[in-house]
Amino acid sequence: MIAVELSKLLRRPRTWVTITLLAGLPVIVGIFLKTTGIAPRPGSGPALLSEVLNNGVLFPAAALALILPVFLPVGVAVIAGDAIAGEASAGTLRYLIARPVSRSRLVLSKIVMALCFILLAVVIVAVVNFIAGAALFGIKPLTSLSGTGLTTKEALLRTLLSIAYIGWSMLGLAGIALFASTRTDSPLAAALTALAAFVTSQVLDLIDAARVIKPYLPTHYWLSFVDLFRDPILWRGIQRGVLLQAVYMIVFLGGAWASFNSKDIKS
Amino acid sequence: MTVVVRTEQLTKRFPGGLLAVDHVDLEVHEGDLFGFLGPNGAGKSTTIRMLLGLIFPTEGTVEVLGQAVPRHAQRALLDVGSLVEGPGFYPYLSGRRNLTLFDAAGAGGSRRTRDARIDAVLERVGLAEVGRRPIKAYSMGMRQRLGLAAALLRTPRLMILDEPTNGLDPQGIHELRSLFVELVRSGTTVVLSSHLLAEVEVICTRAAMMASGRLVAQDRVDALLAPTGTVLIESPDAVDAAATLRSRQLLVEWIDATHLRAHLDGYPSEDVNRLLVDAGVRVSELSRERRSLEDVFLDLTGGETADAARAVLPAPVVDGAPGGPWAGSYPAPSDGARDGSSVGSSETPSATAPPPPPSPPNEWPDPVPTPGGSR
Repeated sequence: MIAVELSKLLRRPRTWVTITLLAGLPVIVGIFLKTTGIAPRPGSGPALLSEVLNNGVLFPAAALALILPVFLPVGVAVIAGDAIAGEASAGTLRYLIARPVSRSRLVLSKIVMALCFILLAVVIVAVVNFIAGAALFGIKPLTSLSGTGLTTKEALLRTLLSIAYIGWSMLGLAGIALFASTRTDSPLAAALTALAAFVTSQVLDLIDAARVIKPYLPTHYWLSFVDLFRDPILWRGIQRGVLLQAVYMIVFLGGAWASFNSKDIKS
Repeated sequence: MTVVVRTEQLTKRFPGGLLAVDHVDLEVHEGDLFGFLGPNGAGKSTTIRMLLGLIFPTEGTVEVLGQAVPRHAQRALLDVGSLVEGPGFYPYLSGRRNLTLFDAAGAGGSRRTRDARIDAVLERVGLAEVGRRPIKAYSMGMRQRLGLAAALLRTPRLMILDEPTNGLDPQGIHELRSLFVELVRSGTTVVLSSHLLAEVEVICTRAAMMASGRLVAQDRVDALLAPTGTVLIESPDAVDAAATLRSRQLLVEWIDATHLRAHLDGYPSEDVNRLLVDAGVRVSELSRERRSLEDVFLDLTGGETADAARAVLPAPVVDGAPGGPWAGSYPAPSDGARDGSSVGSSETPSATAPPPPPSPPNEWPDPVPTPGGSR
């Protein structure tokens, strides 16, 4: 069943359109930076972008930082929100269940599909923008955000770690979208529900009045990946982020499983 | 006789209180071409979805091919092909690719024989030429056929088809009927639901009727359609005919100036014919009156649901004109036009009915043994 899901993911034009858009946006930004030579001042603008003009090594990480606040979550919400509700609206869900495919296996293969999409998206964005960064800005040894020197090899390793972390950061949102996807027959409604949760989390993370719950918001530690480029690496936020995403994932995946296993399929 | 589908006191009450299926006891035997009838909203689809493990019953039990559903649905449904309220496909993939993925989903589809099986079913439903086109380019009839191809892919022992002729043109319906008859002949049990009673009357061997969530009848179709003990007579000398029959103490009703209904009360219908001819009465047509499934249904449900039923059933028969959208594609009365009189069904008196249209070319070829099937 997992192979079937992956085949559908890879053969679906939407997957590649989404990934192309995700990878293309940072390239556009990079071209603007290169042609104008105007980079955001350090500490302002999207994370790491102030550094890329000097060194293309940071560009893949900066590219991920660019799509992390909005575009990547939207893509994940759309793909994961479509997982079950899309089958319902296409009329294929009833045939899968009557095939018979066990409901638990279907939910499992859907989450694997969503994870593969996230992985595919961040890896392609990173690779495309590594090439773009190298072409536009060149590759030099890196100075860490803390001011010490990093070898190119070390910089690449940290870029890989940040790719993994950003991918992992999407787990909570994917779980929420998948849960919503079992509760409705409309893929749009499921994606919007997940996006509503995402925006709520972002808003609450900005206001001081919500201070007590901030550490538990799914988006709170997203930008902690920047800490991977400090020397030494600040692990605290990253560890918490990894753990928090795992908890969200497990809770909502459990919810999706329970919800789907007791659902009357009327689509 | 092996029972392939059995429900006992099957009940579904949806959240909100709607009682969609109300204590239904169904029994489908191996080899049946089973018609599952009733107006829209009678609970047929909900029942079928419970058979397929899609909807969970509130009460009662379901057994399909000897296994309890939904508990053992994974085993029960392996040998079941289904079509539920229209086919469903991934529009961005080709028909072939859809079948491949469908077969690969879940247990039971052998990868080794997959291509050959897909070729065979596409051939069988007449889509061999267009299998590689994306679904987006398929007409509604083609999608319906592809849905059937998917249902046939694993050579099922039991086919459960919900409104399989929806959206098909008369020729498509004709082809589908031939396919169903073929399937039953080759040993598959077919359950098909329909709101068109006349459609089922033509091909089914057994039928169940639902109205407002309850099962109102379940029997062999020929038993449901048993002769009513009346004959219809058309004669230019209808007055003499009536007098002749009344002289034998037969009760006669006038339908119009040339049509009579005679209540035989045990009097053999062939003797009615001789009686009239001997008395010098010219007879244009004489037929044993049979009830249609529609009449049976309306009798069983009474006035309560008759309006709802009429709204979706073929138009009632008026003055011997065949009613219903598919009346023109009924087979010609099999034992008609013997000795100047015809013994057809009451719905298609041959004197007034238009000649049946020429049989469309049969695009459903004879069943080919499907490689790799379970039988």
